[in-house]
Amino acid sequence: MSAIESPVLETWTRRRPGWMVVARKEFSDHVLSARFVALLILLGLVGVASVYAAAGALRDVAPQTAGVSGMFLRLFTVQGDPVPFSFLTFVGFLAPILGIAFGFDAVNGERSQGTLPRLVAQPIHRDDIINGKFVAGLGVIGLIVIVVTLIVAGLGIVMLGIVPTAAEVTRLLVWLVAAIIFVGVWLAFATLCSVWMRRASTAALVALGVWLIVALFGTFVVQIAADVVSPIDPGNPQTQIDNAKTELALSRLSPVVLYEETSTALLNPEVRSVGLVTLAQLDRAIVSDLTVPQSLLLVWPQLVGLIAAMVVIFSIAYVVFMRQEIRA
Amino acid sequence: MTTTTMPLVETSDLTKTYGETIAVDGIDLTIQAGEVFGLLGPNGAGKTTTVLMLLGLSEPDHGDVRVCGLEPTRSPLAVKRQVGYLPDTVGFYEHLTGRQNLRYTAQLNDLDDDEAEHRIEQLLERVGLVGAADRPVGEYSRGMRQRLGLADTLVKDPLVVILDEPMVGIDPEGVIEMQSLIVGLAHDEGRAVLLTSHLLHQVQQTCDRMAIFVDGNIIAEGTAEDLATRLGDGGVTYEVATGSEDDRVDLAVAAALGDGPGVHNTGGRRWRVDVSSDDAPLLIPALVRAGIDVLEVKNLGLDLDEIYHRYFHEGEEVTV
Repeated sequence: MSAIESPVLETWTRRRPGWMVVARKEFSDHVLSARFVALLILLGLVGVASVYAAAGALRDVAPQTAGVSGMFLRLFTVQGDPVPFSFLTFVGFLAPILGIAFGFDAVNGERSQGTLPRLVAQPIHRDDIINGKFVAGLGVIGLIVIVVTLIVAGLGIVMLGIVPTAAEVTRLLVWLVAAIIFVGVWLAFATLCSVWMRRASTAALVALGVWLIVALFGTFVVQIAADVVSPIDPGNPQTQIDNAKTELALSRLSPVVLYEETSTALLNPEVRSVGLVTLAQLDRAIVSDLTVPQSLLLVWPQLVGLIAAMVVIFSIAYVVFMRQEIRA
Repeated sequence: MTTTTMPLVETSDLTKTYGETIAVDGIDLTIQAGEVFGLLGPNGAGKTTTVLMLLGLSEPDHGDVRVCGLEPTRSPLAVKRQVGYLPDTVGFYEHLTGRQNLRYTAQLNDLDDDEAEHRIEQLLERVGLVGAADRPVGEYSRGMRQRLGLADTLVKDPLVVILDEPMVGIDPEGVIEMQSLIVGLAHDEGRAVLLTSHLLHQVQQTCDRMAIFVDGNIIAEGTAEDLATRLGDGGVTYEVATGSEDDRVDLAVAAALGDGPGVHNTGGRRWRVDVSSDDAPLLIPALVRAGIDVLEVKNLGLDLDEIYHRYFHEGEEVTV
């Protein structure tokens, strides 16, 4: 080592941003981890099963549907025996697990391993840690979702012999983005739990608990709340409409509902409304498909809502992390 | 102490409070390049808080910190680029190998990859971990982790090395190795080393200068000899062991020397006697004259251990 003449140093700037270094390490950790392999196999199997069943169902009705558009996309939206879910529904149900799996021990894992003090003593900004981890999480989630979707799409092409059109591919790509953002909401939530709770197991339990409540009991809770806010008077049809509208508005607070509406509209060109439609409104409507931009326009609020949910939850995690004492 | 070079670590009136409690109460520290400075104090004295403020990881409520001439809160990255920190409970990524852990630190420090590989190899050799370098850290023993920790703090080739309780939990053989490594960092390589510990002997053996740190205050600072003379308040402490239970050492001393000396029974046949340096030669004759069976008289006077115990272990119950 050279002798120290003057300890006064110029301020120092990095060549490679700190968050990128953190993200790269976290990404390779994730990809090499057992949970990555387990989730890839789990999602792959369920995905293949759902599409296999959907393809069977589609083949049965093929004669009647000759010439119907969006045939390829139906692989993802139709359910068939014996699998009770379409690919879309099952991604909506299982994707949160993906987000939770890659986020629940992000910060408290560093704490319990004792690596956090060492990490913050390196010349990176403190937010580089949480930013890098979130980016790596999103990356690995994206990887899994894309791989599973591609496998499923390939299988569908082989089984049905239908080649997707450009519009269908575009819809699928946009849907992929929406699905990754949806998982990102849960990743952000799991990260928040990992910042808040000192033990990884507690964080995982809380995150999974919230997911179960939202996914399983969300609809009941919303129904009850809607009945309280705008009760139905059997003699007055308007109250029924009000009740349904309240229920819809409340249910849209849930990212699961936002994801379902977004997916439905994106993967079904014939869907023209995700809200309440009365029979009168449908009267004399000409059945035709929406173009991709129109479908996107239809669910733009939902998509923005999902992005906002992800950003808001991550921001809370960020702020809490930045204010925390490093010492355990 | 030379003042020709600018100090690498300098604090003045550094203060940190958590709510009502004052963790660090206006301390002044100066550490030069090439010296090992020991911060000696019991657990909870504020040592780690001080260290975190030096790193810019905790913001001082009051006072100034300069590390390498920079303010850690203003230019945290530049400071952390020059400061190697070994936390008191050092942890590594268990699934990664020792080498991979060091490599990550090198990347976080934005080192050139080839240069980093070279440095890591050198450091592994230096701390004696070459054989274990490619095994996962999960398989390492406590001592190996501590040595890997030291290598980790040196990856960035820092000017300042801060070691928080570096020798806790290592076997005696490992302690000696660690101590010579630490001393080498300062004396051979010209780094400034700050070491915190609650173990006096380790500080005494390793550090050029030390500060005794209690309840957020520095009680005394200097070399071991400085501290012994300063805190010994000119008096000498003897431990006296007698042959039988009922020998009244206190009465014998009072009869011969008056009320000046303090005499305490420290249990059974052992007594502690504090006398002024002038009276010291009179102690043994006085005991003999009183007919006490003296088995042992031990001079504790300039032993830092004694001072340490007075401050940390007996605290307020002993008034000197």
